[in-house]
Amino acid sequence: MSKTDVYIVGAAETPLGEVYDHSAYSMVALAAHEALDEAGLSIRDVDGLFINYMGEEGTVQLGEYLGVYEPRYVDSTDVGGGTFLTFAHHAMLAIQEGRCEVALIGYASRQRSLRLRSAQWKQSVLNNMEQFETPYGIPVPIGHFAMATARHMYQFGTTREQLAEIPLAARKWAQLNPKAWHRDPLTLDDVMNSRMIADPMRRHDCCLITDGGGVVIVTGADRARDARKKPVRVLGAGESQRTWHISQIPDIVETPAVESGRDAFGMAGVAPADVDVLQAYDAFTITPLLAIEDLGFCEKGEVGAFVQGGRTAPGGDFPLNTSGGGLSYCHPGALGMLVLIEAVRQARGEAGARQAPDVEIAVAHGIGGLMSSAATLILACD
Amino acid sequence: MTETKQQYGDPMTYPIWEAAARYELLIQHCKVCGHYQFYPRPFCLNCDSDQLEWKRVSGDATVYSKTTVHLKIAPEFDPPYVVALVELDEGPRMLCNIEGGAAEIGDRVKLAWREREDAPPLPIWMPA
Repeated sequence: MSKTDVYIVGAAETPLGEVYDHSAYSMVALAAHEALDEAGLSIRDVDGLFINYMGEEGTVQLGEYLGVYEPRYVDSTDVGGGTFLTFAHHAMLAIQEGRCEVALIGYASRQRSLRLRSAQWKQSVLNNMEQFETPYGIPVPIGHFAMATARHMYQFGTTREQLAEIPLAARKWAQLNPKAWHRDPLTLDDVMNSRMIADPMRRHDCCLITDGGGVVIVTGADRARDARKKPVRVLGAGESQRTWHISQIPDIVETPAVESGRDAFGMAGVAPADVDVLQAYDAFTITPLLAIEDLGFCEKGEVGAFVQGGRTAPGGDFPLNTSGGGLSYCHPGALGMLVLIEAVRQARGEAGARQAPDVEIAVAHGIGGLMSSAATLILACD
Repeated sequence: MTETKQQYGDPMTYPIWEAAARYELLIQHCKVCGHYQFYPRPFCLNCDSDQLEWKRVSGDATVYSKTTVHLKIAPEFDPPYVVALVELDEGPRMLCNIEGGAAEIGDRVKLAWREREDAPPLPIWMPA
């Protein structure tokens, strides 16, 4: 451990699925205590708060609720569902600069139990969606990913069977995860014949709508020595973003994972070939497929052949989204928190029946917005 | 027309709708570098010049990607319908519906207009 090394020392889910006996705030409080307990720390030690999607001035509201008074550093970056991975990058920098010592990244949503989800985007007078997108009835963000899928199939010959590898593998992983929402068997026929949502995406290509969330605790080498579980070092971190309006996407089959991955791998000094397990935000079937290409695990356009033959499923040589992911385990509106938590567990080797073999390096990758943002973390135990 | 400016948050888009009332499609064009850009900005995204003008374009385009929507997202939309990104011959892409026949990715499409009661005609595309 060197003084500038930064570690994830606590990671815990909130209650998941359908939550009727807690508020989003009390859900975060439960996960915070569990994660801090892993870290050998208490809520009194937290001096950095990284919160969004929990109401206006989320760091203030949740700080008050948790009893984190007068933190030295707060951040409510808003880049969509993967923001929590961006937060981890920011927390790393704040800790390295000595601006805080113990960072709490937290999130919970009750989007399912409160029926908060809509395929129509919130209107804003600050942008041009209302005049140039909304009148055409694009489901948001489903239409974006459907058009990315269609373009990938057109440009590279990616097949429906190749795409189906992702929901099928997700379900197999979920069957090994007692907390997963969907654990019943899923066949290729089920995927190929499920209800059409936005061609070529069918029901099983789209993530769940569940309640859930979690907390991750990040700290420096000194405080990481108190941890009750193996600290997971942030070897590398990167982030970027591109566009908001769909007409502005430079290339719909490429994401800012190109930039976030370049920076994260560059900082870590490792290559994609060194990675043992990948958690890549799976809002839709195409999402992790684009990440695999853009992070450099295979060439652009070749991911269909790359995942073929069950490579990403349990027993395959490219374990992906080992919790069952957003497609079968849980998707609480912003999945990035759970992507990060699963990567931490895989890096620690504590994922039980779904533990990928011989994990030294785990990668967590988040996306957010309307194919807008990306953040990548390279993680390993010392 | 003040009303139109207020209806949409961005007054810079007003010339587009004024022209749409005449069934013409205007795209912002840079007099310095020749770059076409949609939607409009006060500066050219390509060369940073402020020497921008409006140019009428034919609307001739190629389908960049598309999806047939089967999800009912609001009362005013009746699935199935086609949402597409078309690439204008001048470069910019626009989101739209494709009506009046089928067009696949890579197919040529041409500009058409959908009448609206409460707003200027809306540009849509149809098979060329």
